[in-house]
Amino acid sequence: MKFRAKIIGKGSLDLFIQVSSTVARLVKVCVLRVCPDRMCFGSAGSGGLQEARLWCEVQQRAFQQFRMEGVSEELNEIHLELMAEHLSRAARSAVGASSLKLQLTHKRCPCLTVVVELASPLGRVRSVMHDLPVRVLPRRVWRDCLPPSLSASDVSIYLPRWRTLRSIVERMVNVGDHVLLEANLSGKMTLSIETEVVSIKSYFKNLGNPPKSAVGVPQNRDLESMVQVRVDNRKLLQFLEGQQINPPTALCNIWDNALLHLVLVQEDVSLQYFIPAL
Amino acid sequence: MKCLVTGGNVKVLGKAVHSLSRIGDELYLEPLEDGLSLRTVNSSRSAYACFLFAPLFFQQYQAATPGQDLLRCKILMKSFLSVFRSLAMLEKTVEKCCISLNGQSSRLVVQLHCKFGVRKTHNLSFQDCESLQAVFDPASCPHMLRTPARVLGEAVLPFPPALAEVTLGVGRGHRVILRSYHEEEADSTVKAMVTEVCLGEEDFQQLQAQEGVAITFCLKEFRVISSFRTGKGSGMPGAEWDDLAWGSRPLPRPAIFTIKDSLLDGHFVLATLSETDSYSQDLGSLERHRPVPQLQAHSTPHPDDFASDDIDSYMIAMETTIGNEGSRVLPSISLSPGPQPPQSPGPHSEEEDEAEPSTVPGTPPPKKFRSLFFGSILAPVGSPQGPSPVLAEDSEGEG
Repeated sequence: MKFRAKIIGKGSLDLFIQVSSTVARLVKVCVLRVCPDRMCFGSAGSGGLQEARLWCEVQQRAFQQFRMEGVSEELNEIHLELMAEHLSRAARSAVGASSLKLQLTHKRCPCLTVVVELASPLGRVRSVMHDLPVRVLPRRVWRDCLPPSLSASDVSIYLPRWRTLRSIVERMVNVGDHVLLEANLSGKMTLSIETEVVSIKSYFKNLGNPPKSAVGVPQNRDLESMVQVRVDNRKLLQFLEGQQINPPTALCNIWDNALLHLVLVQEDVSLQYFIPAL
Repeated sequence: MKCLVTGGNVKVLGKAVHSLSRIGDELYLEPLEDGLSLRTVNSSRSAYACFLFAPLFFQQYQAATPGQDLLRCKILMKSFLSVFRSLAMLEKTVEKCCISLNGQSSRLVVQLHCKFGVRKTHNLSFQDCESLQAVFDPASCPHMLRTPARVLGEAVLPFPPALAEVTLGVGRGHRVILRSYHEEEADSTVKAMVTEVCLGEEDFQQLQAQEGVAITFCLKEFRVISSFRTGKGSGMPGAEWDDLAWGSRPLPRPAIFTIKDSLLDGHFVLATLSETDSYSQDLGSLERHRPVPQLQAHSTPHPDDFASDDIDSYMIAMETTIGNEGSRVLPSISLSPGPQPPQSPGPHSEEEDEAEPSTVPGTPPPKKFRSLFFGSILAPVGSPQGPSPVLAEDSEGEG
């Protein structure tokens, strides 16, 4: 198994740093899946959908160099398990760097080596190297690491402005643990929280609904009927806090009283977070 | 003793006190003829820090009232730090700082003259004490590197806050490498992340060390050292350098950091791990040898003193051979681990440390660190760098 990738340039580096810090915020032990055309980070463990799960894909385009050789020719993939905190710490040392290199190595144990080169204007090159210990995952658990394949959602809707949504959820977290999210196919969404003493409800409209795929969608859906899901507030907040800038595409899919699926797409990175209903 | 600090120097004094407070809990204040010295040592005696402020640093400096002996005192670090706690406040509002030590009233008086006629007076109680002096001599160290202060400060940033120790060494091509140090754990399920920072030769004003030489010391204290800078903004002229000097096998010696500025001298001495430490686990369990005598007349008596008495006898042996160090040819050591036979007169004490599984409670960091050898300068006036008498029997014979 071989893997070697390099990121050059401030934009790509900042993106990688942001991705690794988002992953570290949401997940403790993370699975790294390397395919010929992309690199994926996911939640470890086969908890199914009982717990919140993350799936993040970084396209090969984000890297200036990307070479991999999988386990075998038929199974041209690499699955590793590592501590997300290690990766985010290593990535953070790349702030202001000129390049970041990832390589699968074997030092005292299998490692993902991250080498950051900082070139100062005076021509000095300083390098920082991190060896992240990884565990190579056996093939039988590969299936558990993939994102769940699901039937078509009941409602799919674009999210409101990121900062607004985040600040509302931040305040709701102070009030209670569960937030109820409702949405319909006419671009309306409400967020509400209710306790014995207070109930807060936020109304959003004209959000727009992404065009749904034609497969398996009942044609005569009532556009106004609201679909709802009640989720853990803090998980939602953790996800929202991970992003600093307004992502170009942010939407969510809701399965009535079952699952909230948040999707962010940004340049060469896509981020999905599945939060089960309580 | 009476001295007066004005202007930007008040903040510099405050910064020095902050650095000292991150090392030890007690501050030894000693006015000397060549300046005011502030010293501290950490509880496990593995780190020592000393700042000497030259008389020119002060607007007025009087080490002792004529006819009186030089006084020295020991104050609780927390009390002294509380005077200088807010550096921003010191910079903005304090115009003058007056420190006076009066033998009759047993109080150290620190008076801050601030803007708008505000005057803050702190009366700190102190204890008489003997002089705290670690025995070290940077000039006799064979390895030395010199770098502007901020280089080391930037170099420690990538390391995790929780990391205990770091190894500094010289690698191929005269590059200086800082690497996180983890004890070898045979079957730990969660392996630790290893970080290595590589600095080019051009970052150093002076690099006098052979390739392959390395020392390991405590990162927490190293961070304190690398974050201390007088800085251009303080108005102090002159370049500042961090000098790092250290000895080498077979007698690992402490790492000595010297921060030089035109008006102040800072010395930080950190105990280092011997390279043989990591491999002594392979040597199996060794029994403790004869009981070792306690060092007498410490400058500050500690009930649960040194982590292992064997260390002290080892250090005593080292002390007596200091004169021979200069001409010794140094063996070159590679940075990557490899077994090395112990060569020093007191080898067993090193390995015994490893055989003991638990550390003595209340003595951080882990006791593998060599505690520094402290002498007691019984004569009231002596040069700070003078060698001190060996006070305990060297119970270990040669070989």
